Amino acid sequence: MTRGVKLWALLAGMLLLAGCSGTGNWGWYVIDPSTPQGQSNVKFLIGGFWATIQLSLIAAALSMTIGLLVALPGMSANRWIRLPSRVYIEFVRAIPLLPMLFWVFYGLPVVMRSLGFPITIDAFWGAIITLAISDSAFTAEIYRSGIQSIPKGQTEAARTVGLTYSQTMRYVVLPQAIRRILPPLANQFIYIVKMSAFASVIGMQELTRRANELVVTEYRPLEIYTLLILEYLVLVLIISFFVRWLERKMGADESR
Amino acid sequence: MNAERVIEIKSLNKFFGDFQVLTNVDLSVSLGERIVICGPSGSGKSTLIRCVNGLEQFESGQIRVDGISLNDPGGVDRVRSEVGMVFQQFNLFPHLTVLENLTLGPMKARGLSRKAADALAMQLLERVRIPEQAHKRPRDLSGGQQQRVAIARSLCMKPKIMLFDEPTSALDPEMISEVLDVMVELAEDGMTMLVVTHEMGFARKVADRMVFMDGGEIVETGTPSAVFEAPKSQRFKDFLDKILQH
Repeated sequence: MTRGVKLWALLAGMLLLAGCSGTGNWGWYVIDPSTPQGQSNVKFLIGGFWATIQLSLIAAALSMTIGLLVALPGMSANRWIRLPSRVYIEFVRAIPLLPMLFWVFYGLPVVMRSLGFPITIDAFWGAIITLAISDSAFTAEIYRSGIQSIPKGQTEAARTVGLTYSQTMRYVVLPQAIRRILPPLANQFIYIVKMSAFASVIGMQELTRRANELVVTEYRPLEIYTLLILEYLVLVLIISFFVRWLERKMGADESR
Repeated sequence: MNAERVIEIKSLNKFFGDFQVLTNVDLSVSLGERIVICGPSGSGKSTLIRCVNGLEQFESGQIRVDGISLNDPGGVDRVRSEVGMVFQQFNLFPHLTVLENLTLGPMKARGLSRKAADALAMQLLERVRIPEQAHKRPRDLSGGQQQRVAIARSLCMKPKIMLFDEPTSALDPEMISEVLDVMVELAEDGMTMLVVTHEMGFARKVADRMVFMDGGEIVETGTPSAVFEAPKSQRFKDFLDKILQH
């Protein structure tokens, strides 16, 4: 991981050098914090962090909840209980993110209004709903594979000592499955952070939208998008570090 | 109906897909009776005892345990609180300590306080002679110790009936006797037991009745002394010849 950081730092340094050398068509001044204009530009760009983080966190929390609620009936022995879960996963998984975003943002309020629920969906919640639903199909499959990897004997033993289905899940199966579920779930979270960039197209003022707006006024796409990519990199690296820490902590706990 | 009969199985049929695992099985067990079920692998003996606590569903027939019918909705849950089970693979919860393995059921299903559950668990660990392992994880124990923990875990629920599904088959030979000893003591205390095992020495010592199964049917039943002396069916004779050879 630290090697990754060094590589990226090297790459960024090289870009900067190339930009300052004056031979190419570089204009790092747009994001040069030592000038008042550059400083205000950088502040504007970085100002999108909070929205992107908020968006990703809420969407991920919703996705993990919906995913679990979809995954559990999906493992029922009864095929009629299983069926809706399967249909949900296959259906949601097949919809590309961008069309779903348009449908939720522009279409869902119309549907709700005709059903007698006049709601408005702003860009923030439109993006969250879309990200959460589209991601939940994948988290559901992650839960399913994690839970099904726990031997059946564990469930049987839990049931024979009198635990109900939900107690069995809560105290026996999920605590064991979580270690196998966590790494792919972290992957999904990183995916959500990156996909949150799509929220820019419906006007959500997150990292990408701000970059786009600045490009329009400054005409410096290369420099601004470079910084944008680095912003996502920082976010994702922070998540990676956190997840590693979490895995180590749980791993240490488990091996004792 | 005889009140003494704690388990009554009537014309039980069970299929795995098209394959019939159990065919017209009838068996009744009295309170305090110890039954050893044996038979070649695939004969349906494990499936039979797994039907008794609802781990397997069956296509037709009736099972009543302590007056509760497994055919009734909700019957399975009530039966399970009367019946303990010990598995071939122990099935201890690897993420919990030995003590937590024992207290989980009493605390969550019976609503005991941690203190009461701990006291009960320690008492049962004494009984299976491994109180000093209480705070270890299952994987730090030998197979024989793990199986004794599994027995204690079942006893924590104060079951009326104990089912044993090949409890010593996954054990190294030198650990078999420590598990069987615990089971013999349990039998001496009057526990109703259904034991699937090939340990004929144990059967001879403990069983009130032997049940021999083959091809999903009960072929022969009788007291150990009777069946070991003179098995009536050729199939049972062949089976005994094979397992008693060594």
